[in-house]
Amino acid sequence: MSQSRIMPGFRPTISFTVFYLSLVVLIPLSTLVFKSFQLSFDDYLNIITNRRVVAAFRVSFSTALGAAIIASFFGFIVAWVLVRYSFIGKRFFHALIDLPFALPTAVAGIVLATIFQPSGFLGKFLKENFDLQVGFKPLGIVVALIFISIPFVVRTVEPVLQDFDSRMEEAASSLGATRWQVFTKIIFPNIFPALLTGFALSFARGVGEYGSVIFIAGNLPYVSEIVPLLIITKLEQYDMAGATAIALTMLVISFLLLLLINLLQHWVRKRSGQL
Amino acid sequence: MSAVISTRVHQSTLEDANWVRWSLITVALGFVILFLCVPLVLVIIQAFSKGFGAYFSALSQPDMQAAMRLTLLTALITVPLNTVFGVAAAWAITRFEFRGKNLLITLIDLPFSVSPVISGLIFVLVFGAQGWFGSWFVEHDIKIIFAVPGIVLATLFITFPFVARQLIPLMQEMGSEEEEAALSLGASGWRTFFLITLPNIKWALLYGVLLCNARAMGEFGAVSVVSGHIRGMTNTLPLHVEVSYNEYDTVSAFAGASILAGLAIVTLILKTLLEWKQQTNR
Repeated sequence: MSQSRIMPGFRPTISFTVFYLSLVVLIPLSTLVFKSFQLSFDDYLNIITNRRVVAAFRVSFSTALGAAIIASFFGFIVAWVLVRYSFIGKRFFHALIDLPFALPTAVAGIVLATIFQPSGFLGKFLKENFDLQVGFKPLGIVVALIFISIPFVVRTVEPVLQDFDSRMEEAASSLGATRWQVFTKIIFPNIFPALLTGFALSFARGVGEYGSVIFIAGNLPYVSEIVPLLIITKLEQYDMAGATAIALTMLVISFLLLLLINLLQHWVRKRSGQL
Repeated sequence: MSAVISTRVHQSTLEDANWVRWSLITVALGFVILFLCVPLVLVIIQAFSKGFGAYFSALSQPDMQAAMRLTLLTALITVPLNTVFGVAAAWAITRFEFRGKNLLITLIDLPFSVSPVISGLIFVLVFGAQGWFGSWFVEHDIKIIFAVPGIVLATLFITFPFVARQLIPLMQEMGSEEEEAALSLGASGWRTFFLITLPNIKWALLYGVLLCNARAMGEFGAVSVVSGHIRGMTNTLPLHVEVSYNEYDTVSAFAGASILAGLAIVTLILKTLLEWKQQTNR
């Protein structure tokens, strides 16, 4: 060990860390992999290419994608307003951004369902005026996932916007750039990697989200049934093989997303000169 | 004169025009109010929709009380365990050099990227009736799945990274000079930890504990898979909210939800205070 030998406690802390990590995380998680090895590849393919399963994956991914795009757009504006402008109640709004992290997903789920169901006060308004039904439709899933995504986008973009070197803006504007040019050519390209990271985090979270979605979704197979719900349905039917195969597929996709997010964050730090 | 004009031009390209400013503020606040304020207010309105009496009688139902107790019990077991783990892991990772450190950090973060439902499923696979150790536990009449131990295990998994992830970057940034100084002057390891390290990390530690607790009390997906939804026995407060809502018992559902929303508000207030403390202490 190259470090000072004076520091105590390496053995007990590292042993406890590895032991506890294995017990709580690694062993249970590896069970999923080992269990799916009990399936033949054909069985696995059969489960995964089943029409209902494919439809659930399509619903989960398309709604998570839509929600992440909308949340990125509005989240960017919210971050911009919170960093750049001052107005009454700014601190309150700033603290409120983290509500989706703090509010249990089941609570978010029943409240959003109550608001957006056809008899709810916004659901009714949208139905009567725009002939738009949100509750019990895939659109409802998008609404729930936007709620979940807000802090991911705002909290990723905010610090980068805060640390943004305003001398670059000054330089550009003193060279005669218009405000719009300064924004599109200087500010946005520098913020973009952070925005993309926020987008990816929202997307990854949205694909696996369960609690806030199931109340508003309607959960109709082929239409508004998400993958996590399908896993639970398979479990309740004692279809362990089905649940395991779908879960493993989801897990692999999440890990690929995680890898992508890490690469993005590396890129962000490199661009902002922290590496 | 020309200097005045040039600063004006300069300013107008550095600051957004008033109409841009106000429309962006309107869009941002409108979005936040619609998606965050309205839901929060609606929980309270719905909870009291049948009056105070109905609200308090819903809260005093035995099933509701049992759910609250189970939620508290789960948090009381999982938060201290994950806190001790977080401190130990941060100490090992930030105070020593060893191979595989980055892998270890990645593995600690793993539960964050696993869907809650899958987090519950893996414990069913290990301990369920068809699971690896399932038959052994059945023979010895120990219930893990559809019982309290399963709920605790799933919550442990879900809240696993919270404390460690707050402490690791902070302790990395702090460095170990102060601790080395104390140790070389003859202080014991524990004394150094309690007198040097702990005062330096206390706000970040509390921050991690706060977030860990909020998630432990509010977790729904993972717990829902392992709980079996037995009323008064294995329903945590979020699960009781779900069951009541699905049975169209709106007052009960939102009364339970109002307790959880209160917890979220307290968490946000403490979080803001702790962020402020951490900034002023730097």
